[in-house]
Amino acid sequence: MPEKTLLEKTTESTAAYTADEMMTIAAARMLRNGASCFVGIGLPSAAANLARLTHAPDAVLIYESGTIGTKPHVLPLSIGDGELSETAETVVSICEIFAYWLEGGRIDVGFLGAAQIDKFANINSTVIGNYDTPKTRLPGAGGAPAIAASCGEVLITLRQNKRAFVEKLDFRTSGGHLEGGDSRAKARFPGKGPTAVITDLGIMTPDPVTKELTLTSVHPGVTAEQVVAATGWTLKVAAEVKTTPAPTASELNVLRELQERTAKAHAGQD
Amino acid sequence: MAAILQLKEAIQEFVRDGDTVALEGFTHLIPFAAGHEIIRQGRRDLTLMRMTPDVIYDQLIGAGCAKKLIFSWGGNPGVGSLHRLRDAVEKKWPAPLEIEEHEHAGMAAAYAAGASHLPFGVLRGYVGTELPEHTTVKFIDCPFTGEKLAAVKALRPDVTVIHAQKADKKGSVLMWGVVGAQKEAVLAAKRSIVTVEEIVDDLNAPPNAVVLPSWVVGAVCEVKRGAFPSYAQGYYSRNNAFYKKWDNIAKERDTFTAWIDRHVKGTANVEEFHKSLEGAAVNA
Repeated sequence: MPEKTLLEKTTESTAAYTADEMMTIAAARMLRNGASCFVGIGLPSAAANLARLTHAPDAVLIYESGTIGTKPHVLPLSIGDGELSETAETVVSICEIFAYWLEGGRIDVGFLGAAQIDKFANINSTVIGNYDTPKTRLPGAGGAPAIAASCGEVLITLRQNKRAFVEKLDFRTSGGHLEGGDSRAKARFPGKGPTAVITDLGIMTPDPVTKELTLTSVHPGVTAEQVVAATGWTLKVAAEVKTTPAPTASELNVLRELQERTAKAHAGQD
Repeated sequence: MAAILQLKEAIQEFVRDGDTVALEGFTHLIPFAAGHEIIRQGRRDLTLMRMTPDVIYDQLIGAGCAKKLIFSWGGNPGVGSLHRLRDAVEKKWPAPLEIEEHEHAGMAAAYAAGASHLPFGVLRGYVGTELPEHTTVKFIDCPFTGEKLAAVKALRPDVTVIHAQKADKKGSVLMWGVVGAQKEAVLAAKRSIVTVEEIVDDLNAPPNAVVLPSWVVGAVCEVKRGAFPSYAQGYYSRNNAFYKKWDNIAKERDTFTAWIDRHVKGTANVEEFHKSLEGAAVNA
């Protein structure tokens, strides 16, 4: 796990914050109010719930366990914690959630994490090394290929380093923009694919034509050179790189309270 | 009509060496106690299937019960790897483990096809992924529109084992909350065992509740806390602390084996298993 860099606070808040907090907050801001969102566990789940608790109270969060419109008080450890079904608008079977809701094209945004990502935002969550004789066997696909294929758009959030941001994936679990250009459009994908990758260093978006990930925003205190150095391919940098607005005091408070409640609940002290 | 049996008898009667077995459950209602009984009875060469093999499959694999795993996501949710699954795949310990890997949407469609007694399920899936090079999925043209679609072979387990909240005295089963693919997995199977938190006089189930009528269930066994450390909504919560602890227990072969020997093989049933775990916590 990469070290958490304590960044200097800039303008809007008075407290310092970690790079992980900046990542989660930047990712949360990407989810618009009212969107239906198919949420992956871990970093995406933290970001989606932060969005719901701040600017997007009407976001409809859906987890692949079949929980639709769920409003968890603490973050789930697993994709099917009781917290999710108890606070859901409705709970449907696995067969239904994938067939009627996801592949049925009803979901605006898919929110995914990844072990590895390439320059066209294809992701690997299957193996490190060779498939048949893997160096590290990862959990595998789960719902990710269908989420990446079927949601209107896809947001991806993960920590940025050369082990994760690779020139060539060891295995393509879920399709982003495939080989770039119009290759996704030519394949039989219902959704338009990844629209942003949010990391602990900055934000990358696909070039409108080549679909190659391009650094468009760095988090406060991070330079474009640092992001390039943490990427396993020669990362394209936009002509004008913005600086991500620092977390506001309110965003930080809500996130920290959520994580504190979660830690307590998972330790069995709730 | 379902037979009301003790768990030990049900596993003896329904689960055989070499069977294809689905112990289904999607985070919720995972049939841990039944899995432990399979370990106690030393079943071998099982083909295990489940969408989300988690800690109970880690235990079955590490205890040497499995020769093959059909799955779509194999991890300890929110915690990380299943170390025994990884050891079997990466280092062939305690035995080599063949894997057949899917995406969730595909496995869900394959269970639904199994429940329908259809030969295959169809979906708009396996697109953009390298999985088709490593698994049994084929692509077909829609006979009406020509659209290219994925076809997955129906899953038809020899035996499906699930856990549910309640059964009545005739053996009809009621479950609620996150219900996963359990109904489909039972209907797809040749034989089935359902462990329940309690057997009651009347299910009092509303008309659209998830009910498996007695006549489609093989055996029902009352096993209180039979899903621990998973959960049974309305009865007890998921023991997330145990899932976190499991990471350390399973990391090394010797600590894993000691845990299985002490708490599973060294106990006769679920009550003794819980006492044994509580004893370990006190002495820790």
